[in-house]
Amino acid sequence: MPSQTIEGSGIKMHLETKLVQTGVGKEETTGAINFPVYYATAYRHPGIGESTGFDYTRTGNPTRAVLEEAIAAAESGDSGFACASGMAAIHTTMGLFSQRDHIIVSLDLYGGTYRLFEQVLTRYGLWFTYADLRDTEAVRAAIRPETKAIFVETPTNPLMQITDLREVAQLAKEHGLLTIVDNTFMTPYFQRPLELGADIVLHSGTKYLGGHNDVLAGLIVTKGSELSEKVKFLHNTIGAVLGPQDSWLLLRGLKTLALRMERHQSNAFAVAKQLLGHPAVSEVFYPGLPEHPGHQTHSSQASGFSGMVSFRVRSADQVPVFLQNLKLISFAESLGGVESLCTYPATQTHADIPQEIREYVGVCDRLLRLSVGIEHPDDLAADVTQALDASLVTGGQLR
Amino acid sequence: MNFATKALHGVSCFDPVTGASSVPIYQASTFHQADLDAPGLYDYARSGNPTRHALEEAIAVLEGGTRGFAFASGMAAISSVFMLFSAGDHIVVAEDVYGGTFRFLTQVLSRMGIEVTFVDTTCTHAVENAIKPGTKGIYLETPSNPTLKVTDLAAVCRIAKKHDLLVMVDNTFMTPYYQKPLELGADVVIHSATKFIGGHSDVIAGLAVTKDEALGKQLYFIQNGMGAILGAQDSWLVMRGLKTLKARLDVSSRSAETIAQWLSQHPAVSRVYYTGLCTHAGHDVQTSQASGHGAVLSFDVGSRERAKAVFDRVKLPIVAVSLGAVETILSYPAAMSHAAMPPEERKKRGITDGLIRLSAGLEDTEDLLQDLAQALDSLHELRIPDDKKTFSRV
Repeated sequence: MPSQTIEGSGIKMHLETKLVQTGVGKEETTGAINFPVYYATAYRHPGIGESTGFDYTRTGNPTRAVLEEAIAAAESGDSGFACASGMAAIHTTMGLFSQRDHIIVSLDLYGGTYRLFEQVLTRYGLWFTYADLRDTEAVRAAIRPETKAIFVETPTNPLMQITDLREVAQLAKEHGLLTIVDNTFMTPYFQRPLELGADIVLHSGTKYLGGHNDVLAGLIVTKGSELSEKVKFLHNTIGAVLGPQDSWLLLRGLKTLALRMERHQSNAFAVAKQLLGHPAVSEVFYPGLPEHPGHQTHSSQASGFSGMVSFRVRSADQVPVFLQNLKLISFAESLGGVESLCTYPATQTHADIPQEIREYVGVCDRLLRLSVGIEHPDDLAADVTQALDASLVTGGQLR
Repeated sequence: MNFATKALHGVSCFDPVTGASSVPIYQASTFHQADLDAPGLYDYARSGNPTRHALEEAIAVLEGGTRGFAFASGMAAISSVFMLFSAGDHIVVAEDVYGGTFRFLTQVLSRMGIEVTFVDTTCTHAVENAIKPGTKGIYLETPSNPTLKVTDLAAVCRIAKKHDLLVMVDNTFMTPYYQKPLELGADVVIHSATKFIGGHSDVIAGLAVTKDEALGKQLYFIQNGMGAILGAQDSWLVMRGLKTLKARLDVSSRSAETIAQWLSQHPAVSRVYYTGLCTHAGHDVQTSQASGHGAVLSFDVGSRERAKAVFDRVKLPIVAVSLGAVETILSYPAAMSHAAMPPEERKKRGITDGLIRLSAGLEDTEDLLQDLAQALDSLHELRIPDDKKTFSRV
């Protein structure tokens, strides 16, 4: 657990405390508890060659800086960078690599990341091998002389496959590779990959960190001064930075992260149990369930299981009926917000992955993904149950 | 419809649901889908947000293009547009591009296998000579930053058409109010909307407009795929700026012209760069392709020491990186906008240690002149060394 002492005392702060206190005491002019939104693009220079520390907002903005410092501290990293979206954070990070560099990537992966890699970055001579990162030997076998990095999602989106982060980071170190972890599903509240040996952590801040389905944002956290300098250069040069209002909304989200994550998790357990016992459901994917194949590994590297639950219904024609019958849970493309959302990966988040690859990986047309919100668990369980019940009935007959 | 009217009433200026006089800020990341088989107009805000969309439509209409795109910054717009190319492609680029663009091209894109040749695009022949079998595009800034060199857009576009090349124009200095590159044959127009379009030094934003639908589709794929999009609040601020663009530019450009004329008579100044001066080398081309000269001018006071003295003495202008704001901004290209460029490259482009860039704001012109006068009058008269005699005052 990353901790720092409370200023002027020897008292160590827990992550919850640190998150709530983000930005407090930083605004010295008025003492405002919440850091102000700096809507300035340019900063008056005292003279030629002199600077207040801020020159041009793309390079650095005071509001964004508070957010960047907070996420770096929460992830136990050295530097944080806020980007216009999660994809902008991934894209900016990939600027570290050059033509002919090779990167090993989680086989099960967010469709937008796959699209960026396969349809944009391959045109620039980067190449990617998608490997089952649950199997460290498979990762080792995929390493080539040109390999520069391993890109990990754990749990993966949407199949919740677990990668042993310590093992993969160790393997990467042995071969001089960077370990990059998309930590969107877990957040630093439950999992801190940099403490387990990773070099870079990425977030779609749109999800749990923002937490309210109201802001698009991406974050990068780096370890080590050399890597931090390189990413800082790319962040400024590519220019996909986060605006001040959006930075402020994310700061606001961070303050309640711990509370929300606990509630997302307890609700997810309730929903997962409801799904497990329902005849319309064939499989449930949630790392918190003891029977989940990655449960042990996940428990050894994370302190919680978060709020994402995927499941397969028995037949694809149940899907539209289930979605149409959801009353409380919105059918929408995103996750990690206070409101529960249901996503159909095959046509939404993973639509850009070719069908045969998608089905080989297991993202089939019977798979649904739930982002369990912070509503009352009984209401969520009831909504899921009635929609599943409806999906079993067709034309007045049980399927 | 004339420009000012179009900017106010051209497109999506009202909220269709409530009739509100300004588009609401949709601070939503995702949109509920009513039907699995019939996705709504918006599904995820990276792919499309109604507030951002209103801005994108507005800039497309003003630039005379088919599709507009809003990005997180001017550099995000530029880096996204360059993703239209692939490894092995060659691009001809105006030699005095903005330092940030230069940095992106030489330190990021070069690693991705894109080759760039910098040429003096004011010389149309030089552009044609730089074209080779792998060339795919031409990237222009006119007038250029900070020495305001003018490229003949129609002439370069004709060459590009002949060789089937994409022409991209950074139109930040002019805005569509003064210059519409798509009408002169360009394919993509780019803006740092942080500057004149936003206009208030309060928002970082980039815009791009494509001329045809096919290119628009490609750029949309990249905008959504790379995700360097503009947030909803920032989109709204840019739209707010757009409404007063004409009024602001009218005032600022008038001031810039008066200041340029005044500076060119001042003994402490060795050279003034402003396309509105009829002695400027690009004056005629500028007059033929743009309806104004804009609010940015540069002037040379001879040395770093003298420039420093000016910066120390001025009271009104903000000394800062950036331009195109309601406040007059003075900047020092050698250490600010073009710091990313190596000194020898700067020298080649006339970005000397005595060069100062002024972006005229909305202050009273007389006040600005008085302030500049008190800063410059006390500088000792500039003695021009014999070997620089040709570099005389314009």
